[in-house]
Amino acid sequence: MEVPEQNKRRKEDQVNLLEIKNLHVTVAGCEILKGIDLEVNAGEVHSIMGPNGSGKSTLAQVLARRETFQVTAGEIVFGGKDLLAMKAEEAACEGVFMAFQYPVEIPGIGNTYFLRSALNAIRKYRGQEEMDAMDFLPMFRERLKLLEMDEKLMNRSVNEGFSGGEKKRNEILQMAVLEPKLAILDETDSGLDIDALRIVAKGVNAMRSSDRAMLVVTHYQRLLNHIVPDFVHVLVDGRIVRSGGPELALELEEKGYGWIEGEARATASVPA
Amino acid sequence: MTTAIQQIEMYLEQFTEFQRLSEGRAPRWLRKLREDAFALFCERGFPTTHDEDWRFTNVAAIARTPFALPLKNATPLVGSVLQPWLIKDAAIDLVFVDGQFVRELSVLPSLPGVSVSSLRQEFAKPPEALQLHLGRYLDTRRDPFCALNTAFAEDGAYVNFSRGVVLEAPIRLLFVSTASDVPIMIHPRNLLVFENESQATVIEEYVSLGSGPMLCNNATELIAGENATVSHYMIEREQREAFNISTLRIQQKRNSNTASHSLLLGGGLVRNNVHPVLAGEGGECLINGLFVGDGQQHLDNYMHVEHASPHCSSRQFYNGILDGHAHGVFHGRIVVHKNAQKTDAKQTNRNLLLSDDAQIDTKPQLEIYADDVKCTHGATIGQIEENALFYLRSRGIDERSARKILLLAFASECLGRMKPGLARTHAERLIDAHLLNVAAVSPGHDSADLAQSERERNWEEVG
Repeated sequence: MEVPEQNKRRKEDQVNLLEIKNLHVTVAGCEILKGIDLEVNAGEVHSIMGPNGSGKSTLAQVLARRETFQVTAGEIVFGGKDLLAMKAEEAACEGVFMAFQYPVEIPGIGNTYFLRSALNAIRKYRGQEEMDAMDFLPMFRERLKLLEMDEKLMNRSVNEGFSGGEKKRNEILQMAVLEPKLAILDETDSGLDIDALRIVAKGVNAMRSSDRAMLVVTHYQRLLNHIVPDFVHVLVDGRIVRSGGPELALELEEKGYGWIEGEARATASVPA
Repeated sequence: MTTAIQQIEMYLEQFTEFQRLSEGRAPRWLRKLREDAFALFCERGFPTTHDEDWRFTNVAAIARTPFALPLKNATPLVGSVLQPWLIKDAAIDLVFVDGQFVRELSVLPSLPGVSVSSLRQEFAKPPEALQLHLGRYLDTRRDPFCALNTAFAEDGAYVNFSRGVVLEAPIRLLFVSTASDVPIMIHPRNLLVFENESQATVIEEYVSLGSGPMLCNNATELIAGENATVSHYMIEREQREAFNISTLRIQQKRNSNTASHSLLLGGGLVRNNVHPVLAGEGGECLINGLFVGDGQQHLDNYMHVEHASPHCSSRQFYNGILDGHAHGVFHGRIVVHKNAQKTDAKQTNRNLLLSDDAQIDTKPQLEIYADDVKCTHGATIGQIEENALFYLRSRGIDERSARKILLLAFASECLGRMKPGLARTHAERLIDAHLLNVAAVSPGHDSADLAQSERERNWEEVG
C-alpha cells in the first residue's frame, strides 16, 4: 500500500527498532487484529489513528505485553529480540513503555517509591547500579518541573485522587523518568483540556530524540497538532488501511473516518 | 462422649500433679484461683463448632492431642539461638522458654517507676498487687481456654508502671517454644498494669524452635488506668504445627487510650481473642490487626468489645490476606451496655483472597442495649487486581515484587494505624519479609506447594 511512501521519508542510517509482521490477535475468541505490518525506526514518531473498536488500544497493549490478548499469528521484533516471548516486565526493561489510557490507582503505595522501584528494576536488569534516594531526587524534580507537577502530589499514593489530567501527566512523568526506547501513548489525549494537553505534549516533545521511537495512538487529530508525527497509519477493523504523513491526519479530521472505512470495505470485498 | 471424658481425665491427672508440685511455693489464693478455674474447664470441656463463639474454628485436634506440661529445667538455651528474634533498642526484653522465664536470656535494666518481673517471682512476694488484678478480668466462664490458662497459671510477665511514668521504647515479651518428643502445652499468663497517666508499649511475640504439635494457650490481662496510653502488640510467628490460643483482656478506666495490634503470621491453628472493656467514661480503643495465612493455616480473630460506660469509642480494623487453603475468621462482637450512651463503635474487616481455596468467614455481632449509640460494621473480600499488577509490571517491576508491593499496600492500612516508633518498625520489617514469601508462592499452586500443604495438619477434619 503506502509503504514506499513511508520509506521515502526515512533517512538511510536509521535503525530498525520495532518490526511487526502479520500480527493477528484475538480476545476471548474474537479476532481484533487481523494482520498488522508496521516498521518503526529509532527517532521516528508514528501515529496510529482509527475509529473506536478498530484495535488501536489492543495493539498498544500487546506491545506492552498484556497477557489477556492472545497472539494467534505473526511476530514482533523489538531491538532485534522477540517481543512476544517477553513478559510485561521484561519488555519494560528492554525499553518498552506504554502510557495507559486509564492509569491505575494503587492506594497505599507512594508515587515516588513506585517510580524509584521501577527505575531500579530496569537499571538492575541492565546491569546498572541502583539509584538511591539522594541521586534519584534531583533528576526526579527536574522531570516534575517539565510536566509542571507539584511535588506534593508525589507524596500521595499512585494516582489516588488524581484528576484525569494529573493522571495523564503522571504517565508522561513516568516515561520521562524511565526513558524508554519505545514510548507508546495510548489515547493520552482523551479527557484532557487544552492546557493539560499542551503540558503533556510539551513533555512528550522534550522526550523526542534520535534513539527513541514513539507510537501515538489516538482517535482525534487534535493531539497531533502538538505532537507532530512523522507517519500516520489508519487502523480500521484490525488492519492498517492507509499510511501517510501528517497530512493524512488532517484529511481524516476533515472527512471523518466514514470516508476511509467505506474505502476499506470496498477493498476488502474485492476477491483476492 | 467417652473421648471427652478421657480428655478431662488426662487434664485432671496433669492438674493434680501440677498442684502437688507447686505445693508450698504457690500462695493459697493462687491455688484456689486455679482450682476454681479448673472446675470451670471440667464443666465446659473443649468448645465445639456448636458453640456460637467457636462456629468457624474446630478445636477437635487440640482436644484429642495428649499435651503434657514441659519438663522443668530442660536443656538450657544458648543466647545465640535467639539471634533471629532480637529486637534492637527495646527498653526491656523478657525471654520465656517453654513458658518459663529465663533470667540469663533477658535484658532487664532498672527503670524508675517501672517494675518488670516474672509472675513466678511475684508469687513469692506479698500478694496485694497481684491478687488485686490477677484473674479478676479474664472471662473463665465463657472461654474454656481462659479457664485452662488460669488453672495452669504459673509464669509469665508482670509489668507495672507507676502513675505518670512514660516509656517510649517498647517492652518486649518473647515466648520461645522448643522442640520436644511429646506434644507440649504451655499456658503463659501475663499481667500488665499501667497506672493513671502512664504511657507504654508492650510487644508480646510468640516464636518456635523446631517443629511438632504443641499448644500455646496464653492469656494477658492489661489494665489501663485513667488517662493511660498503652499500645499492645501481639505477634504470632510460631511454626506451622503449633496451636496458639491467645487472649488479650483489656480493662480500661476513664479517659484511657489503648491500642491492640495483632499480627498473625505463623502458627497452624491460631485463635486470637481480643476483649477490651471500656469501663470508664471517655475511653478510646483501637483494635487493629493483620492476619496472613497460606498452606493449611487457620487464623481466627475473635473480637469482643464491651462498651460499659458512656462516651467511649472503639475502632476495629482487621485486614486478612489468605492464600493456599488457608482459612481466616473475623468475628467482631460489640456489646453496648445499657448505660453506655454516646458509644461510637466501628468495625471493618477487609480481606484479600489469593487462591480459589482460601476461605474467610466474617461475622459482625452487635448487641446494643443503649439507645443513643453509633455502631457501624463492614466487610469486604477482594483479590489482587489484575490491572494494578499489570501496571506495575509494565513499569519493569517483576511479578513477584509487584505482587509483594500490592500486598504491602493492603497491609500498610494496618501498619499506618500503628504509632511511629520501634514497635512499628519491628512490625514493618516482619511483614515486609513475610509478604515477599507469600508473593512468591502465588498465584498458581504448583505441586511442591501442595505437597507442603499435605504435610501440614488438616485442621478442617471434623472430630
